[in-house]
Amino acid sequence: MRSRLVPHPLLTLALTAVWLLLVNEASLGHLLLGLVLGLIVPLLTAAYWPGRPRVRRPIRWIEYGLVVLWDILVANVQVAYLVIFKRNDQLRPRFLTVPLELSSPEAITVLAGTITMTPGTVSADLSADGRALLVHALDTGDPQETARDIKQRYEARLKEIFR
Amino acid sequence: MIATLAEALAAFLILAGGFFALVGSYGLAKLPDLMTRLHGPTKATTLGVGGIVLASMIVAGLEGRLSLHELLIALFLFLTAPVSAFMLAKAHILRDARTAGSLPPTGTETGWATTHVPAGGAGKDRKRAAAGS
Repeated sequence: MRSRLVPHPLLTLALTAVWLLLVNEASLGHLLLGLVLGLIVPLLTAAYWPGRPRVRRPIRWIEYGLVVLWDILVANVQVAYLVIFKRNDQLRPRFLTVPLELSSPEAITVLAGTITMTPGTVSADLSADGRALLVHALDTGDPQETARDIKQRYEARLKEIFR
Repeated sequence: MIATLAEALAAFLILAGGFFALVGSYGLAKLPDLMTRLHGPTKATTLGVGGIVLASMIVAGLEGRLSLHELLIALFLFLTAPVSAFMLAKAHILRDARTAGSLPPTGTETGWATTHVPAGGAGKDRKRAAAGS
């Protein structure tokens, strides 16, 4: 019963929060309107969801978010330095392969997005069987080490979140 | 006193944000090829927009309004920037044979999704994907 009326409680909460942010006003009226939207939209779209990823360990999510935010900050400074001070022919741009242990599409999406937003790397393609990620690095001396960093820093954390 | 500090912080954030946005655009012009150019707009711009968005929230707070919808700008940027970068990279791999030829091996049994031709032929696979399985 509960799952039929509220198929995705977290989505309901997220939609309500987005609505409140969009109107940029915290009032009871908008809270109710947001809740109504948050209840209707999941009901109407439930048929199109490929699956329902389980979200576990909210603390881990927050930790992951903070790690990524920090890395984005560092990434910006590093890339700015590379762009301003390094001559193009001193850069060592290269493709590298990151073998994946994650298997859920949602987890891989988050990992690929994170890689694009963080230090000197952009995810470029996925292997046809979804078990390796192609990453382009702006300046790397050792592709293997960069791939290892990505696996240790992000994939290991995501593996604990999506299980 | 606190208001002055907050104003100074907002001013700093605007300047820093503007600086990173500028560097991102400069990178786009200066870097040598498409793949390296992708690095400029996906990163430097994030902090550029982020700084200005934060400053906007602080300034609204100083005027006595609570304004948080700037957070949505940052959120949607985080959701969309990797996707467009990913699509640009895939289009580039598909169109540019030299790049496609220089990719490292996947280390698995199949090739990279963009250039991989499945054993049964591309048409069959596409039909299956369209059927939604």
